[in-house]
Amino acid sequence: MNARLRRNGFAWLLLLPSLLFLLLFTFYPIALTLRLSLFQADLSTPEPVFTGLGNYRTMFQDEVFRKVMGNNVLFALGTVPLGIALALLMAVFANKALLGRGFMRSAFFYPTLIPMIAAANIWLFIYTPEYGFMSRLLSWFGMNDINWLGTPGLVMWAMILMIIWKEAGFFMIFYLAGLQNISKELYEAAHVDGVGRFTVFRKITFPLLMPTTLFVSIVALTNAYKLVDHLMIMTRGGPNNASNLLLYYIYETAFSYWDQGMASALTVVMIAVLLLIAAVQFFGLDRRIHYN
Amino acid sequence: MRKVNVMVMAAALGMSVLAGCGNNTDTNSNTNNNNAAGKGSGTGAGEAAAAPADKGTKTELTYYYPIAVGGPLTATIEAMTADFMKENPDIVVKPVYTGSYADTAVKTQAGVQSKQPPDVAVLQSTELFSLLDMDAIIPLDEFIEQEGGDTYLSDFYPAFMENSQTEGKTYSIPFQRSTIVLYYNKDMFKAAGLDPEKPPATWAEMQEYAVKLAGGGKWGLEIPVTGYAYWMLQTFALQNGNNLMAPDGKKVMFNTPENVEGLQYWVDLAAKHKAMPGGVTDWSTVPSDFLEGKTAMMYHTTGNLTNVKKNASFDFGVSFLPAQKQYGSPTGGGNFYIFKDIDKKKQEAAWKFVKFMTETERAAQWSIDTGYVAVKKSAYETGRMKAYAAEFPAALIARDQLEYASAELSTHNNGRIVKILSDSVQAALTNELTPAEALQKAQNEADKALASFNK
Repeated sequence: MNARLRRNGFAWLLLLPSLLFLLLFTFYPIALTLRLSLFQADLSTPEPVFTGLGNYRTMFQDEVFRKVMGNNVLFALGTVPLGIALALLMAVFANKALLGRGFMRSAFFYPTLIPMIAAANIWLFIYTPEYGFMSRLLSWFGMNDINWLGTPGLVMWAMILMIIWKEAGFFMIFYLAGLQNISKELYEAAHVDGVGRFTVFRKITFPLLMPTTLFVSIVALTNAYKLVDHLMIMTRGGPNNASNLLLYYIYETAFSYWDQGMASALTVVMIAVLLLIAAVQFFGLDRRIHYN
Repeated sequence: MRKVNVMVMAAALGMSVLAGCGNNTDTNSNTNNNNAAGKGSGTGAGEAAAAPADKGTKTELTYYYPIAVGGPLTATIEAMTADFMKENPDIVVKPVYTGSYADTAVKTQAGVQSKQPPDVAVLQSTELFSLLDMDAIIPLDEFIEQEGGDTYLSDFYPAFMENSQTEGKTYSIPFQRSTIVLYYNKDMFKAAGLDPEKPPATWAEMQEYAVKLAGGGKWGLEIPVTGYAYWMLQTFALQNGNNLMAPDGKKVMFNTPENVEGLQYWVDLAAKHKAMPGGVTDWSTVPSDFLEGKTAMMYHTTGNLTNVKKNASFDFGVSFLPAQKQYGSPTGGGNFYIFKDIDKKKQEAAWKFVKFMTETERAAQWSIDTGYVAVKKSAYETGRMKAYAAEFPAALIARDQLEYASAELSTHNNGRIVKILSDSVQAALTNELTPAEALQKAQNEADKALASFNK
């Protein structure tokens, strides 16, 4: 009994520094945010006034909020599956490549290394009408010029394309690690049995990479709700909120409208969404995954 | 082995989820940001407190300034503060570059909330009501009285003072101020068979010229939208009659027939006449397009004049914005504010600094260096400005246009009002709504956003 206590005490001691930071910088702010979300705290109220769920009620009647949430779902659906598929493809490719394997890997990984702000500036240029890369490409094929970032129906797709470019290389690294963990004997056995390449991928590689896929998909999905830098540079959520995402909307509400109560309420929604994503994937999917 | 794997995965997941939440709350929770900013300016205060001990009675000022136009203005600002310290050895000014106007407003607000405001800052002149609602700034009337009251103020252009005053008090001093002007490419005018010395003077002429100049992968005109849609709409509103808001900042008039007509004109330039790119154009790509010869004309702030002058490889002209019922442009740009929660002594030193920065000769030099309009009439009587204007007459256009200029859109709850109007203008420009629908929607939403200030 005494020994167990000592062992647990030691474990707690080891955890203490992280726990302290977690309390101070995560749980405490979350608690404060929860509290503030129940107050009207904007420019017309010098002292915050308690309004209960007032902010949440206003939020759900807010057209922009609904649009932002819709945009975010589209953004997640657009970036996550494609980003993951591309990452897997690149990983398999980079793993097999005989010539210039290192070059291949760094080429795929390179976008990850550029800071988001710099990447956004580069892509702002790529999407510029008239002389941007995309316009040049289109005119090469004799097509009309398109204002990618200035057209409501296109701007989200332009963003999705950029984010996939930016993130796929990062996820590829996890898949590469995952691929190297799969036992060679399985492949040798399959080879001896004369199993086709596609079947090998479907029956061996893909299932055994599921833990990695779970991990990557959680990161990708939460990222879809956390990205904001590119909007600052490229569109400011425009035109007419067509590319506005939740985090940017929170930023606007807090630092452009100075409506702190509403910004807190939006933040609470955001936290709820992130927790929900993690919980569903972790508890729901984890049971159906094979581990080595 | 299998267990360990699961454990590692779980731990990694847990960490990443928590890290995710942590990141977000950091960005969004004001408390956190304020603390961080508080620490930032706290260092300054600490040094200020330490200074008197070893250097006698130096007053230290933290000065926040944004940069909103092209060119190496940081060096200019630092040289100006160095000059000030030479003249006032008992005051130390620490200039802090704080990014765009929006970033500067965020940093300032964080400082105000944590009781560590800057001592003096340049913020958009339109922040007046927000700063008053936050109880962040002091009126400057006492200081102005010492300088001669109305005589002192009358040297500033009245159009610039409009955004500085409310309810009989003056809260800020104009500094880097602008109006919107028309830039045009004389070479492209010649190529299109237009007289390069006669820019379009009316809406009708503008439309005709823009159509003539467009074609062959080039545009006749570009009007920036992202970030400043409301400002550009103001040009059409003023040219067609009236400003968009009441002087007390509690009411807006968005959906008037004149404004609908103005927005319709703007929308038609792209949608109907194909003289302008469709959709929404970015604030910062418009000057690049102009310099690249991709557009023959552009609406832009006169604050970009020096940038265009330095970088244009062709002969260009600057003129008033075309008129409908009259000429018109909103003013724009930043003013000096002095903050409330600081020492009386610091406020006095800050006033000295503000006065210094806007002195006649300095205002003239600042205008020459940047392209901003000199805020004082007397600046245009100085030798250096006269010499500059003789060599480069375009420098006087924005000043002359001031006669027809009015206050920039500024109301209570300004951030939201500006956003509401900008969104609606964008909806019209992208053909999601008709101009009438868009402005009606903006009016309804703005009325709602202003309701709590009209009780």
